[in-house]
Amino acid sequence: MTRYLLRRLAGTCLLVLAVSSAAFVVTRLAPGDVAQANVGLGGASQEELARARHEAGLDRPLVVQWAGWLSGAVRLDFGRSLLYRRPVASLVGERAANTALLATVSLALALALGLPAAFVTATRPRSIAARAVGVLSLVLISVPPFVGSLVLVLVASRTAWLPAGGMTSGGDLNGLPWLLDVLRHLPLPVLALALPLAGTFERLQAQALASALSEPWVSAARARGIPESFVLRRHAWRLALKPVAAIGGLAFGALLSGSFVVEMVTAWPGLGRLTYDALMHRDLTLVAGCAAAGTVLLAVGLFAADALIAWSDPRVVHDEEQAEGAAA
Amino acid sequence: MTSRAAAVLLGLVALAAVFAGVIAPHDANARFGDSVNAPPTPIRIVADGHLTRPYFHPWRLADRLETRYDEDTSTRVPLTFFAGGRLVSDPGEPKTPFLLLGGDSAGRDVFARLVIGARVSLGIALVASVASVALGLLVGGLAGARGGWIDAVLMRLSDVVAVLPAIYLVVTLRSALPLVLPAGATIAILVVLLSIVGAPWIARGVRPIVAAERQTGYAEAARAAGASPWRLLWRHLLPASFGFVARQASLLVPAFVLAEATLSFIGLGLPDTVPSWGTSLQDASTLGSIALYPWLLAPAVAVFVLTLLVNLAVGEDALATAATEAP
Repeated sequence: MTRYLLRRLAGTCLLVLAVSSAAFVVTRLAPGDVAQANVGLGGASQEELARARHEAGLDRPLVVQWAGWLSGAVRLDFGRSLLYRRPVASLVGERAANTALLATVSLALALALGLPAAFVTATRPRSIAARAVGVLSLVLISVPPFVGSLVLVLVASRTAWLPAGGMTSGGDLNGLPWLLDVLRHLPLPVLALALPLAGTFERLQAQALASALSEPWVSAARARGIPESFVLRRHAWRLALKPVAAIGGLAFGALLSGSFVVEMVTAWPGLGRLTYDALMHRDLTLVAGCAAAGTVLLAVGLFAADALIAWSDPRVVHDEEQAEGAAA
Repeated sequence: MTSRAAAVLLGLVALAAVFAGVIAPHDANARFGDSVNAPPTPIRIVADGHLTRPYFHPWRLADRLETRYDEDTSTRVPLTFFAGGRLVSDPGEPKTPFLLLGGDSAGRDVFARLVIGARVSLGIALVASVASVALGLLVGGLAGARGGWIDAVLMRLSDVVAVLPAIYLVVTLRSALPLVLPAGATIAILVVLLSIVGAPWIARGVRPIVAAERQTGYAEAARAAGASPWRLLWRHLLPASFGFVARQASLLVPAFVLAEATLSFIGLGLPDTVPSWGTSLQDASTLGSIALYPWLLAPAVAVFVLTLLVNLAVGEDALATAATEAP
């Protein structure tokens, strides 16, 4: 188990370096640079631009620049952002935390709404409630976070039930008042992200639960007189989690994708907006830092999904361990 | 039943896009200076207590600063049908335009841009979906039929592309190219980027199907009869995956429409002069304008309707399986 975790950690580190390096190189190859974005706007002379480039090391060859960045990155020094004039690590960390907050709360809400609803649809498929839930799920699946956030912004600004954008109302808030303010701003982007995902979870889980309930061992359990609710909660539910867990990794990727759009629409100061700004201004170190943070978030999500698969169906782990033993 | 009805409605949407030039009352880029952010024009059929042919009262700009409009009830503009090659038009066009879904920030007809934009948005999505299928069949087919290191490399690569958040990938690659490009070049770039992002979803499903078919008796027989590897792949192995491919390709279409809308919305997609659902939504990119001019969200509603229809047409069982078998 430890060996598996260590191998996985090493793989993640490699992936983080690979993805952020790729983002660095691609942005370096793009036309324009951050010196132009920073100095160039005021009609700076060529000499000024050249000096700014030299100070930032932008005039060095690509390979040298990348190697310099990489040697820092492996020591967890991600350099300074030329656009925001502060260390990349703290800036990206701050924004990534905002995105992680959005993503985890959305995921939790989607699970909390989707999985219990699936119980209704799977156990009483012919009831009115089950049909209503089924239709609602299909409608929710069809509202992508982009569309959902636009509509929610409209509703919020018309009714003033919720603040229409941002993460705080501004001003210097600390401690509890700050937390309450964030909590007031959270529902809008979270709903836009969570509702379509809840629909997907409900459909998947309902199907899996229905097929789990037709397994022979469920009949056996019933025949032995085990109460239906116990069969459901104790046995079928856990096995039926597998399909949900199987898309868990991809769902997390989709959450990050959706979060990018929702952040753009609702002005949530997260990783998506930061990446966009960094890309637009060709801030190499910041682009690479954002890519690294995004990959870390993704890796955590994938790991959680795999852990959930292992828990819902222990055979998976058993098979993998056997395969590993055979390979060794 | 529902899936067939949804398929018929999708056909109607496609027809509307093809005949957009006839359906739209105005050109997509026609500007009406006195109709900036004008609300939708209500159609009336009752005048002085009697039924009459459809007409409307033109909007009068009451306050240019507040963009407040009053209905000019003293004037009636009758709608004309089948005139000048358009389904509906109004005789007093430049002065009193008929705006079914209101006007945008440049005084253009939101409805016209929606209908004509469907052509661009759906066109890009369809072409990108077909390109994804071509690329996905090639990658998945090769991996499944050859196995070995080719299989390992191709599928690892597909896994990485599929698991990375698609929008980050597309935005990063798009922003690496010059931002201002001719419309044609931008469309080509979008199609290429979207098909790269979409191909793994095809390839990852095709590979196991082809790998399983390779073991079957009829494949063995075809090989024994001297079929070349390419013929075997194309004539015998890949057709087994076509059911899956058709479902997955249909699901890619609304996803790509959404991607175009998102990219254009954040300014990395098409230029404003090309009407598409994404460029039309740009006007709604400030929180204030969404609240004041909600009709600007019409393309977002169109994206929702399209997604819903495709999901219904594909069928919810297939929807769930597509989600599980893709990874």
